[in-house]
Amino acid sequence: MSFNSFSEFLAMGGHGLYVWLSYGLGLAVILINLVLPRLQRNRLLAEQKRRLRREEGA
Amino acid sequence: MTMQTNAEDLQQQSLSGLFWATCRREYLLSFRRKSDLVNPLIFFLMVATLFPLGVSPEPGFLAQLAPGVVWVAALLATLLSMDALFRSDYEDGSLEQLLLSPQPLFVVVLAKVLAHWSVTGLALTLMAPLLGVMLFLPAEGMPGLMLSLLLGTPTLSLMGAIGAALTVGLRKGGVLISLLVLPLYIPVLIFGSSAVQAAVTGLDLGGYLALLGALLALALGLAPLAISAALRISMSS
Amino acid sequence: MAEKKWMPRWFYQLASPRWCYQITGKLLPWFALAAGLLLIGGSFWALMFAPADYQQGNSFRIIYLHVPSAILAQSAYMLMAVAGAVGLIWKMKVADMVLKSAAPIGASMAVLALATGAIWGKPTWGSWWVWDARLTSMLILFFLYLGVMALNSAIENESTAAQASAVLSLVGVVNIPIIKYSVEWWNTLHQPATFTLTEKPAMPAEMWVPLLVMVIGFYCFFAVSLMMRLRNEIVWRERRTGWVRELLSKQ
Repeated sequence: MSFNSFSEFLAMGGHGLYVWLSYGLGLAVILINLVLPRLQRNRLLAEQKRRLRREEGA
Repeated sequence: MTMQTNAEDLQQQSLSGLFWATCRREYLLSFRRKSDLVNPLIFFLMVATLFPLGVSPEPGFLAQLAPGVVWVAALLATLLSMDALFRSDYEDGSLEQLLLSPQPLFVVVLAKVLAHWSVTGLALTLMAPLLGVMLFLPAEGMPGLMLSLLLGTPTLSLMGAIGAALTVGLRKGGVLISLLVLPLYIPVLIFGSSAVQAAVTGLDLGGYLALLGALLALALGLAPLAISAALRISMSS
Repeated sequence: MAEKKWMPRWFYQLASPRWCYQITGKLLPWFALAAGLLLIGGSFWALMFAPADYQQGNSFRIIYLHVPSAILAQSAYMLMAVAGAVGLIWKMKVADMVLKSAAPIGASMAVLALATGAIWGKPTWGSWWVWDARLTSMLILFFLYLGVMALNSAIENESTAAQASAVLSLVGVVNIPIIKYSVEWWNTLHQPATFTLTEKPAMPAEMWVPLLVMVIGFYCFFAVSLMMRLRNEIVWRERRTGWVRELLSKQ
């Protein structure tokens, strides 16, 4: 382990803001790229199912 | 039988004949609307005026900025004029005819772009010393300025034409062209303004001009291919 | 029609959107698992176990995000260009769809690379942004991505949009080496810096192994995101076919 305590870990030798900001951004970018397509899929399937029902019901 | 005659005529028409005929047509059309020709030049002048107004009119400061500012202004003025390259032909249907004809599109496209350059890029190059004076560019820099623009603006026109060809069918193509083409302009900008800087500080220009020449050669060879492909794609829908 | 018949069978199978949908469905969970393990494991390793840099201290840990995202941003553009070429030459719809799907992911990787590069710059160089050669090239790459995405959304006809984006990404790919060269050269002219932001001299194993883990993890994540978007694109484009109807009715 490179750090002796959790508070040391958070502080990152004074560079805590930068390191955690970067990793936070990294996490955000990854999550966005996973969540957005998922939401898109749900919306798409719902739309298309409705369209199918409309077309077959008519 | 008329078809046969036409085919013979087309076969007899050489590539250079096609080139010059296209150029002539472009000039005739451009000079019918002289006001359109002047717009990029006025824009060029205005952009150069913005810098002293927006930043500082102090000669020492402006002189440092001058190479870059003149180049950026020329780049933006060229970009602005690109939308018009194919627009009128698209609107009156002659672009479609061009794509349907058996004549090699490469030559026609090259002729159009070079004709367009000669009334925009070349004009900007000739106007550039005026801007140089307004921005206190040292006299040693002037030849470098003109040479770099002479070699750089055709490349800008060729690459801008790719953007114009990709967006010819779109209504709001203007700003989109800038977005597509500006990243591609950056190498020309870098070498062009560096050439002027070198001229100002008395260093040898040869290397920079050679690089600009190389970029131009590459553009002359490849851009018409991309432009033709883009025109066919844009007109296919 | 220019049918190139000298490609292996799987290449032509790839051309079928339905087949692609099915195979990506099977591959997704595995890539997702791999991505999760590699990224989480890699991050823990990077944050807790990797040594801090002698000169830069703990902000060096940002490299484990900056380098993978930069590599991905560049690889994704290559993929876009290849997909574009395949789509233009073989007229494969799936290739067009891969291009469209890869663009936003690649662009976000470029954003991450730029942001982490900038954040890394603050403790290292003292300012939030430096016109470093690599950061500037990455910024231009980001603009190239935006161009492709803008063109794709500006053209209404889907296949025309795909072909136009393909031409643009090919033009971009030809220009990328030229842009890189010119920016690097410009940088040496204006910043005789001896230490670049992403310089990686011989790194000890404790440093490059977690980096490799993160890079592979990022690639797996890219594959997952790409497959998710690709599947959406396939369902949308093939929405009128029989197999999609079946699929929808089973949902």
